[in-house]
Amino acid sequence: MAPRIATTAAEAVANIHDSSTILIGGFGNAGQPMELIDALMDCGATDLTVINNNAGQADAGLALLIKERRVSKIICSFPRQSDSWHFDEAYRAGEIELELVPQGNLAERIRAAGAGIGGFFTPTGYGTLLAEGKETRVIDGKGYVLESPLHADFALIKAFKADTHGNLVYRKTARNFGPIMASAAKSAIVQVDEIVETGKLDPEVVVTPGIYVNTLVALGGNNS
Amino acid sequence: MSTETSTFTTTDAALTRDEMARLVAADIPAGAFVNLGIGQPTNVSNFLTGEQGVTLHTENGMLGMGPVATGDDIDEDLINAGKVPVTELPGASYFHHADSFAMMRGGHLDVCVLGAFQVSGAGDLANWHTGAPGAIPAVGGAMDLAIGAKSTWVMMGLFTKTGESKLVQALTYPVTGLGCVSRIYTESAIFELAAGTVTVRSTHGISFEELVERLPVELVRAA
Repeated sequence: MAPRIATTAAEAVANIHDSSTILIGGFGNAGQPMELIDALMDCGATDLTVINNNAGQADAGLALLIKERRVSKIICSFPRQSDSWHFDEAYRAGEIELELVPQGNLAERIRAAGAGIGGFFTPTGYGTLLAEGKETRVIDGKGYVLESPLHADFALIKAFKADTHGNLVYRKTARNFGPIMASAAKSAIVQVDEIVETGKLDPEVVVTPGIYVNTLVALGGNNS
Repeated sequence: MSTETSTFTTTDAALTRDEMARLVAADIPAGAFVNLGIGQPTNVSNFLTGEQGVTLHTENGMLGMGPVATGDDIDEDLINAGKVPVTELPGASYFHHADSFAMMRGGHLDVCVLGAFQVSGAGDLANWHTGAPGAIPAVGGAMDLAIGAKSTWVMMGLFTKTGESKLVQALTYPVTGLGCVSRIYTESAIFELAAGTVTVRSTHGISFEELVERLPVELVRAA
C-alpha cells in the first residue's frame, strides 16, 4: 500500500498514543527529525519509551520531551553529553529509566527486529557490566552475549527525498539509523525535504524501499 | 596474533603528543582501513601521508572521511563520530549504522586507535566509564570499537596525575573489552602485547630498568 502523505508534521504524528515505543533517528543533528519530534511534543502523548542513539541535546527536540517528563524510558548508547542537562536531571531524580546499549548492539538489535531475527550472539560487551545477567556463549573460543531485537510501535525518521511509493534516499551521514529504524517499527513516519512523483527516483539508488514506509511528510529543507 | 620483530630503541626525551601521533601514523600499513577514536587518536590523521593511501572509517556511517570542514564546506549532514563537520574524499561511501558496525565487528577494519583509562598486560581495555558513584554511564561505540578491528592500538599517558601506572596487572575500572589491545603508545614507551607478554619496543625519557621498577607488569625488552 502506498504511504499516507500528511500535509503537516502534526498530522503525520497524530496517531501516536500514550505508552508507545518510538524509534527516533539521527546521530547528533544529522538525520534528526526535528519537526516530527516537535509535533510529538505538541500532540501530548506521554509515558513514551524512546530509542535513540543519545538522550537529547540542549533545549530542543528529544531533550524537551525528557524535560516535560513525557519519556518514561530511554534506550540509547550515549546519554551523557556536555549539553544533555535535561536527561541528567531526570535521571538523577530517578524519573527516567535508562537502558544503556553499546552503539553497534543498538543498531543490530534494531536491524534484527526489522529482519525477523529472534536474537543474536554478539561479541560486543562480552565480559563487561553491560552484559550482566545476559546469556553468554563461547563459540570457537570467543565469548558472545545474547541480545534481543528492539521492536517499536513507531519510527520517526528524516530522509532527503521520497517518491509517492515511499522509496527513500538520504544525504551523507544523515542516513545513520534511518533505514534500520524504518524496518523495525509497525509504523514508520518519515519527514523529507521533498516528495517527488513515482518514477523520478532512480531505483538503483533507493536506500529504503517504500515497503517500510507508512507516512510521509514533505517539509522542505536547506539542502535541496 | 602476529609476533613482530622490532628492534629496541630509546630517546632521551619523552614523546610529545604530536610525536606519538606521528609514530602511530607511520605504523599504519599502506592501504589500511582505519578508525581513529575521539581525542588523541584523531590527531593521527594529521600525520598520515597521501602515499599511505589509508581510508578512514567513521562509525556513524562513512568510509573515506576527509579533513575537518571549514567555511562553506560545513554541511550539517556530514559529521564524524565526534559530531564535528568533516569532508568527503574521492571514493567515499555512506552506509547505515548497522552496516557500519557490522563492518567493524566483522573484522573488516585493519586498525582502530583508541584512548584508555587503563590497559592490562593481557590486553584488557578500560576506556568507557570511571565507575565513580553518581557518574552517568555512556558507552557509545567504545565496546564495538575495542573488539572489532584486526588490530586495536591505544594511545594514552603512561601514568596518572598521581604517578600510578595505567598499564596494570588487572583493570580496576569497568571493562570495555577483554584481550583486545595489541599495542600501546605512551609518552614514555611503546608496548607490544601478545599472548600475555608485554614487550617494550622503545623508551622515551626513561630507561627500560626504570620502567621495570615502576610498572606492575612483567616487561620484556625488544631485541
